[in-house]
Amino acid sequence: MSGSAHQAVHDAGYQPVFVGDALARLEALFAWYPTKQACLLPALWMVQEARGWVSQRGIGEVADVLGLTPAYVKGVVTFYTMYHTHPVGRHFIQVCTTSPCNICGAEDVVKAFLQHTGCGELGATSPDGRFTVIEVECLGACGFATPVLIDDDFIEGITPERVPGLLQGYK
Amino acid sequence: MGYPHPSHPGEQALLSKYFGDPGARSYEGWVKRGGYEAFKKALAMTRDQVTEEVKSSGLRGRGGAGFPTGLKWSFMPREVTKPHYLVCNADESEPGTFKDREIMRWTPHQLLEGCAIAAYAIGAERIYIYIRGEFTAEHRILVDAVEEATRAGALGANVFGTGRRIEAIVHRGAGAYICGEETAMMNSIEGKRGNPRIKPPFPAQAGLWACPTTINNVETLGSVPHIIREGGAWYKGLCRGNPKSTGTKLFSVCGHVQRPGNYEVVMGTPMKELIFTMCGGMRPGRTLKAVIPGGSSVPILTAAEIEDCVLDYEGVAAKGSMLGSGGMIVMDDSTDIVYQVMRLARFYAHESCAQCTQCREGTAWTTRILERILAGKGKPEDLDLLLDLADNMTGTTICVLSDSCAAPVVSAIAKFRPEFEAYLNRTRQPVLATA
Repeated sequence: MSGSAHQAVHDAGYQPVFVGDALARLEALFAWYPTKQACLLPALWMVQEARGWVSQRGIGEVADVLGLTPAYVKGVVTFYTMYHTHPVGRHFIQVCTTSPCNICGAEDVVKAFLQHTGCGELGATSPDGRFTVIEVECLGACGFATPVLIDDDFIEGITPERVPGLLQGYK
Repeated sequence: MGYPHPSHPGEQALLSKYFGDPGARSYEGWVKRGGYEAFKKALAMTRDQVTEEVKSSGLRGRGGAGFPTGLKWSFMPREVTKPHYLVCNADESEPGTFKDREIMRWTPHQLLEGCAIAAYAIGAERIYIYIRGEFTAEHRILVDAVEEATRAGALGANVFGTGRRIEAIVHRGAGAYICGEETAMMNSIEGKRGNPRIKPPFPAQAGLWACPTTINNVETLGSVPHIIREGGAWYKGLCRGNPKSTGTKLFSVCGHVQRPGNYEVVMGTPMKELIFTMCGGMRPGRTLKAVIPGGSSVPILTAAEIEDCVLDYEGVAAKGSMLGSGGMIVMDDSTDIVYQVMRLARFYAHESCAQCTQCREGTAWTTRILERILAGKGKPEDLDLLLDLADNMTGTTICVLSDSCAAPVVSAIAKFRPEFEAYLNRTRQPVLATA
């Protein structure tokens, strides 16, 4: 990971996520589980969808609404790789580089993304704030090497040649 | 069918019959194709009869362990004194495996029907479908399918007017291979870090919230409607090899074959038939070097070993490996085995939950030693050190992630030792800049 991933980031002007509709959606989930704690992963997803990442303030809000401690919530957040604990580019690009894709040229796909996004290195955000690129472990689409996840778009069969055109769709 | 390729005559498409057919995705489309008839049939049977039918089919868990499904269901208490739960394991994360994703994206109702039948058999009113966070499209498809099935009365408080409650909810993971391990999955659903639990107690005794729980893989559950509709005896008859391995199995074939994809064949089909006939063999001018047959967690097989290997639990075990999830990673002679073993070790190091010392330290050091070998800085004793580490990582931890890291390392050193030695004695150029 690059330096930017480890910089302390403050979430000034935090607006609560769990008000109005979002709160109602979370509360509707409570009926599906015997504990509120079980709604932790769904609640964290809601924070990330609303804010783009899960800040310390977001952790505090989730802890409050589920009756947990912030320390506990942070322990869970940091276990799962898909929650961003720092801001990332507008478009988050995950390239599978585990063995099945690796033997089909996935590392060249990573290089193409790093070059064409201007990110330069893994985990860093491009200077224009548009992209962050990371290597991800097995995306579960090994027969369609190389699969790439851009935000919520799961795209199969990416080759280095396809990268520039693909990026055009993400402003 | 060999999605994304046309069906091959050597295949027997039950689960994959409608792969590539968008019309099969909706509730209505699934019903038109005979869907939910098996569930209705099951509801007219007793719970025990359903379990017995599945037992008689010989169906074994398709997630990798190969445990008999009907027997697993029969471990659930007969009397329902506290809630029973069914968990569908849709966390497909084993490198080389991509079959469950295809079931979910083309035939979500095939899966839901299997879930509903299983829930009925084990006395569960609630089904949690745990899907990995990266499967964004399949998550949406499943959420929609659950909503449709609930609206149609196939799920809900009164399924098909029987007065029975069977409800389902899709629970999304957030990036953790280990959550595919059943006890880690239960912790994850409970809102915890995905650390595996010590067994016993087994999930059927004390699973989700300490209640009786059964966890089944997507492909396992998807097979259930076919068994109920056609009968256990019919399913058991689908067998070309050892009678302990029955039915059809989806094999995900990836890597250096001409037509990678999912192929559904009857258990006992020769591995060569799959790789060379159905998948079209190697790329022009290349020869087969090795196959990891059951997802990345199993020992590597050489080209010679697969010559007469048959694809069933016993056939692959006889070659010293495992059928596992049926995810086959095929590598041709262009492959640097040392580098790929390092990538696998890196995968396990990244995915270790870090509870157990042998795994946390073992996966990390295995990776570092392999990296230094690849950087041309290996020491003569490194191979012995890797094997010693692997020995300490096998059978010593709460779950088998640690063992899964050791298996490819040990088998690769045993079968491709000269490749490691070439880096150690500097006859091969380093491929990593630093280590």
